[in-house]
Amino acid sequence: MSDLSQLVSALRSLEDRLVSCNKCGFCMGTCPVFGQTLLEGDVSRGKLALLSNFSQEILKDIDAVSARLSRCLLCGACQHTCPSGTETFDIFVRAREIIAAYKGLSPIKKLIFRHLLPHPRLLSFMMAAGSPFTGLVMPKDNNPQQTAQAPLLRRFIGRRHLPSVAGKTFASEVGAQDTPAGKSGLRVAFFPGCMGDKAYLDMSRACLKVFRHHGVGVFMPADLVCCGLPALTSGDTEAFTRLAVLNAQSLGRSHFDYIVTPCPSCTMTIRDLWGRYAANLPEDARRIIAEIAPKAIDINVFLVDVLKAVTPVEPDADAKTVTYHDPCHLRLSLACTAEPRTLLRANPGYRLTEMNEADRCCGCGGSFTLAEPALSEDIGSRKLNNIMATNADVVATACPACMMQISDMLARKGGKARVRHAVEVYAETL
Amino acid sequence: MLNASLIKEFENLIGRENVLTSEADRQNYAYDATPYVPCVPALVLRPTQTGTLGKLLKLCYENDMPISVRGSGTNLSGGVVPENGNGVVILTNALNRILEINTEDCYAVAEPGVVTAQFANAVAKAGLFYPPDPGSMSVSTLGGNVAENAGGLRGLKYGVTKDYVMGIEFYDTDGELVKTGSRTVKCATGYNLAGLMAGSEGTVGIMSKLIMKIVPPPKASQAMKAIFRSTQAAAEAVAGIIAAHVVPCTMEYLDNVTLNKIEDFKGIGLPRDAAALLLIEVDGHPEQVKEETAAVCAVLERCGGEIQLATNAAEKNKVWEARRLALSALSRVKPNCVLEDATVPRSKLPAIFKAFDDIAAKYRLNMGVFGHAGDGNMHPTFMCDMRDKDEWDRVEKAVEEIFDHALALGGTLTGEHGTGITKSRWLSKETSEGTLAFCRKIRRAVDPKGLMNSSKIVGVK
Repeated sequence: MSDLSQLVSALRSLEDRLVSCNKCGFCMGTCPVFGQTLLEGDVSRGKLALLSNFSQEILKDIDAVSARLSRCLLCGACQHTCPSGTETFDIFVRAREIIAAYKGLSPIKKLIFRHLLPHPRLLSFMMAAGSPFTGLVMPKDNNPQQTAQAPLLRRFIGRRHLPSVAGKTFASEVGAQDTPAGKSGLRVAFFPGCMGDKAYLDMSRACLKVFRHHGVGVFMPADLVCCGLPALTSGDTEAFTRLAVLNAQSLGRSHFDYIVTPCPSCTMTIRDLWGRYAANLPEDARRIIAEIAPKAIDINVFLVDVLKAVTPVEPDADAKTVTYHDPCHLRLSLACTAEPRTLLRANPGYRLTEMNEADRCCGCGGSFTLAEPALSEDIGSRKLNNIMATNADVVATACPACMMQISDMLARKGGKARVRHAVEVYAETL
Repeated sequence: MLNASLIKEFENLIGRENVLTSEADRQNYAYDATPYVPCVPALVLRPTQTGTLGKLLKLCYENDMPISVRGSGTNLSGGVVPENGNGVVILTNALNRILEINTEDCYAVAEPGVVTAQFANAVAKAGLFYPPDPGSMSVSTLGGNVAENAGGLRGLKYGVTKDYVMGIEFYDTDGELVKTGSRTVKCATGYNLAGLMAGSEGTVGIMSKLIMKIVPPPKASQAMKAIFRSTQAAAEAVAGIIAAHVVPCTMEYLDNVTLNKIEDFKGIGLPRDAAALLLIEVDGHPEQVKEETAAVCAVLERCGGEIQLATNAAEKNKVWEARRLALSALSRVKPNCVLEDATVPRSKLPAIFKAFDDIAAKYRLNMGVFGHAGDGNMHPTFMCDMRDKDEWDRVEKAVEEIFDHALALGGTLTGEHGTGITKSRWLSKETSEGTLAFCRKIRRAVDPKGLMNSSKIVGVK
């Protein structure tokens, strides 16, 4: 699509959903970006108004629309608050898709979404081959976060602290898993997600330990790929559906009761988005997705509500302090806030102290943090201050993207708290 | 005229990043929450220090730019839609500091851009209570609330925003600082200009500082729900409670359409066959709460209401959940919802309810009615689609007829949303031509060029 009139008419297809915005402005109350900038162009009401104006040819500047759309974490807070139920998440994703088709995708994104993410072996090979050079690219800081900076990559990631990349992926470390249901009578497909496979291996190990302990059979094929969300939010629907199909084919080879992930964005993507974009897929892919996608479930919910195997206990006298950050996709898309806290309370070594604004976004938003580093840091600072005020020894959360952002913020400000997934804290007790 | 050198002057005054000139940025300030034709301003200015407000206003005024002051833009009468031709929007939402919460003397001082809920929360943390609770309080600003004289659910017992304004500092069109009111409970010094500012909708000056009254919170409360088999019985119960001289802090009404839309939306267990619900809360000293609860229940029973008293915090929350969901539930039915706020004396509620029903039927419109029955301020809400020309036409006629009925019953056009653009046409019906002429005389005196939100309320000319 290179023609402006095609772009206008494509965006006009959103009209039916755009009109449901009554411009009440309630989204201002919960939008993390607006909370920082207080600019109308940064909140959904303003973005929807511009989209509508562009589709009616009142506004001519598509770059301005595109720039504002990228200043969105897709956290879902506005949609959750919206009295008239405007489907902002879907509208913004579709708009990004339409605009990307007009403006073209950046070469680096194309390379990642279309050539790297669909090839897990290539990625593992690169990690293994790159491992000896990790120290060169990402010299360790020896900080409590065990993060590293990457001066050579500063152009792409700024001064951000990243989790030290493991030499091996989780999949190559543990290999494909295929165990039968144990005493729980349940068998799950474990989907560690990109971060669980490449960065937060302790989190993924904890998941397997928990499954083993509770007698849950595990199916984990070695060729799982990215869930596709980063491609979708960048407007690359083609890459997104390809990744969904590759995963579905891989998972479709076996039977299981649930697809369990430690990443709420993966859970949301599998459960809610694969099917939504499956309409144009070949029949067999569509059938598999329709069958397995609804089985996706967050690990906290699985352990607490399905297995019903987690019991809170009184903290020990010398318990450390843990505080909990609610990931947006877990809280809003999956309506889960109590379960991770239950996991934390099941470990007597910790006493849970709530931080102020625990439910406020950490500012990561996946690729948002790369596209808008300054805003991401501003939003993150508020989270950091709330964390620091608790004096917690451990910051638990239940999303690897939040873990990355919070460790980054802590590393930059010299915070001492360790960042862990709730399931890691729980797994310590087993 | 707006030109590069003037823009430069604005930039020097408030910082380059706070002078918004791009097409997209300007289009973002063309509307408020009113279903009304937007108007794109020529310029948007966002001062971050109250100290620059005077110079900023003067500069706009000297350059003949029509000025509209905007807080969060949640207005429901078109009050912050910019003026035609070279209009400038002055945004106050970056002036958002709470300057003082004085718990000894029970007042708080804040800049106009402080969000109402954040203000109320800060006051509550200090152990006191700021009662005004307009529906948009999670995002609206205090300055906007004062300028619109916003109401809310607690209007019945606690009054509305103007009742909490102790003092105001504002800048006039010459850029001079005007001080009115005081930190004292009583103040008879000079004209009551704070009274003029409350409800002035940006036509007099720009507020820079607000001194607001805060009060001790009630020690006890009792929430209850009453189910009615006819709307008339519910209306009579409200009138009866008022006539019995009991003043609940809140007395809210939901009609059958509204409660069914709530059930469609969330399914919280409301009786779908009820004609109407009253949600009531009395508060105060524990003994007073006990007495008033008994008095309220007696009237409810006499009118045939089936009463459920909340016995704990969870049940109290459940009572109010229905009310919190009302607007969301009605908003979801069709693309648009037109929320009116005609208000009548409480004794006339039975008559206005009947009028609402007749009007909705006459114009074949989807209407849900909810609102602050206790203070006579109802929200007949039309669920519609602005793109349907014929339907929109009928909505406009129905709204006009509601105004006529409210006025005929001794009521008012707007209880809490303000006059703005959308109600200005009917102002003479409620008041008189002489009243309008007098208002314009005041306007011309403080705004000789007629640039301050000029088309709003009565217009300047």
